[in-house]
Amino acid sequence: MTAVHYLRCLRGIVVREALRFLHQRGRFIAALVRPLVWLFIFAAGFRTVLGVSIIPPYETYVPYEVYITPGLIGMIQLFNGMQSSLSMVYDREMGSMKTLLVSPLPRWYLLTCKLLAGVAVSILQVYAFLIVAAFWEIDVPVLGYVSLLPALVLSGLMLGALGMLLSSAIKQLENFAGVMNFVIFPMFFASSTLYPLWKIKESSLLLYNICAFNPFTHAVEMIRFALYGQVNTFSSLYVLASLALFLGLAIYGYDPGRGLIARRGAPAG
Amino acid sequence: MTPAAPAQVTEPVADGVAALEVEGVSHSFGAKRALENVAFTVHPGEFAVLLGLNGAGKTTLFSLVTRLYHNRSGAIRIFGSDVRKKPSRALAQIGVVFQQPTIDLDLSVSQNLRYHAALHGMSRRAAEERQEVELGRLDMAERADDKVRRLSGGQRRRVEIARALMHGPRLLLLDEPTVGLDIRARQAILDHVRRLCREEGMAVLWATHLIDEVDGHDRVVVLHEGHVLAFGGVADVTRGAGAATIIEAFTTLTGKDGT
Repeated sequence: MTAVHYLRCLRGIVVREALRFLHQRGRFIAALVRPLVWLFIFAAGFRTVLGVSIIPPYETYVPYEVYITPGLIGMIQLFNGMQSSLSMVYDREMGSMKTLLVSPLPRWYLLTCKLLAGVAVSILQVYAFLIVAAFWEIDVPVLGYVSLLPALVLSGLMLGALGMLLSSAIKQLENFAGVMNFVIFPMFFASSTLYPLWKIKESSLLLYNICAFNPFTHAVEMIRFALYGQVNTFSSLYVLASLALFLGLAIYGYDPGRGLIARRGAPAG
Repeated sequence: MTPAAPAQVTEPVADGVAALEVEGVSHSFGAKRALENVAFTVHPGEFAVLLGLNGAGKTTLFSLVTRLYHNRSGAIRIFGSDVRKKPSRALAQIGVVFQQPTIDLDLSVSQNLRYHAALHGMSRRAAEERQEVELGRLDMAERADDKVRRLSGGQRRRVEIARALMHGPRLLLLDEPTVGLDIRARQAILDHVRRLCREEGMAVLWATHLIDEVDGHDRVVVLHEGHVLAFGGVADVTRGAGAATIIEAFTTLTGKDGT
């Protein structure tokens, strides 16, 4: 097995994921509509209620829609990461995960490829969202669209790795509703998506600490700064560390000799 | 490896090296013992039927041979490569058809095959060539661009066999490949795989609970509740059980073990 084999394998996995995505138009539309509903309805309603003072990276007062845009980008990737985890559980129940796992390249590499493929799909979704948002007067510096990309790769990987970790632990498809309740919602609401951290601190120190601990907060902050061509070093490192942790545990979970896959005898069938 | 040309995939193997060697393999899930000291070998050109009722441990054995998870004790070697110690070498030489269908229904036949080829690091060109050959001899060439969803059950199975052969393996593992198929489709698949054995020296491990799939020239491994009760040529196993037919032998063997 040489580097060429590895690259061909990566390409194959990304192509498959992209094809599957294109065949699921409903999924694409849902991925687009979800943040737009927040932007058009929620943010519009709340702009008068919530004033956001000047905090970095913003240099002036910003309308609430502008404030929550990075969080909505994060939300797209969060949902996408969980969706990939759902599809991995589904693949495992249906068996197509097996074809991946019994191919000769190392398993950590196969899982990483799968992760990258999911991230590629999430980035497509994010840019589609930003195009629509641009018509809603969410003005982003032109270069911001470019400087956003590396942040999206990193946050997408981190959230995808979290999904993968969950997929290694979830035995059945039905448990996915639990993921919605216990992962997506808490991560989304206990973060800096909808309100800045200082504002949360004013009302509850405990909640503030939870939000500051939440890796999703740091993904959102990293995206927020990247959108204005700036780097939030602490948040970026926090996301990177979370990625390492989640990916490490996910690979452990799928390890043929150690993780849950060995103990439970999954994949079923 | 150069999957483009199956004949060159491997270096010449010394005579007598088994395609699949299972040696003293035991496995359990928690307290449940799934396999107990299982041992048998399959040589190139042999069609070995792994015969067992549902729950005998066939699927667990397949999972171990394909390294979905590790065997806890004993050893599994594929053309001399230990599955645990040299997984890449071992896995590159096997083609697998799992019990459940594992193809993407929404992708075309050709997209499914290309995906598999990519997982094995094959070039696009090599994949195209192999696809033509494998689909061609299964009379599926003209369906290459059809979505799998539009194919019948028997055709889907044929696609899965073509896929398992894409990278030119020398050991083919099939876990209950004829489940849910009608008699004709079943026979077509059996014939195809037997031909691979005869004409290309493919080693085959065919797991089934359908005794009538056993042919007089096959090797059989009778697996019951995780134990290998008998292993050898059909005639030997039948004689060993003091029976007249393999069906009778199977009943005697599994009955004797007592449930």
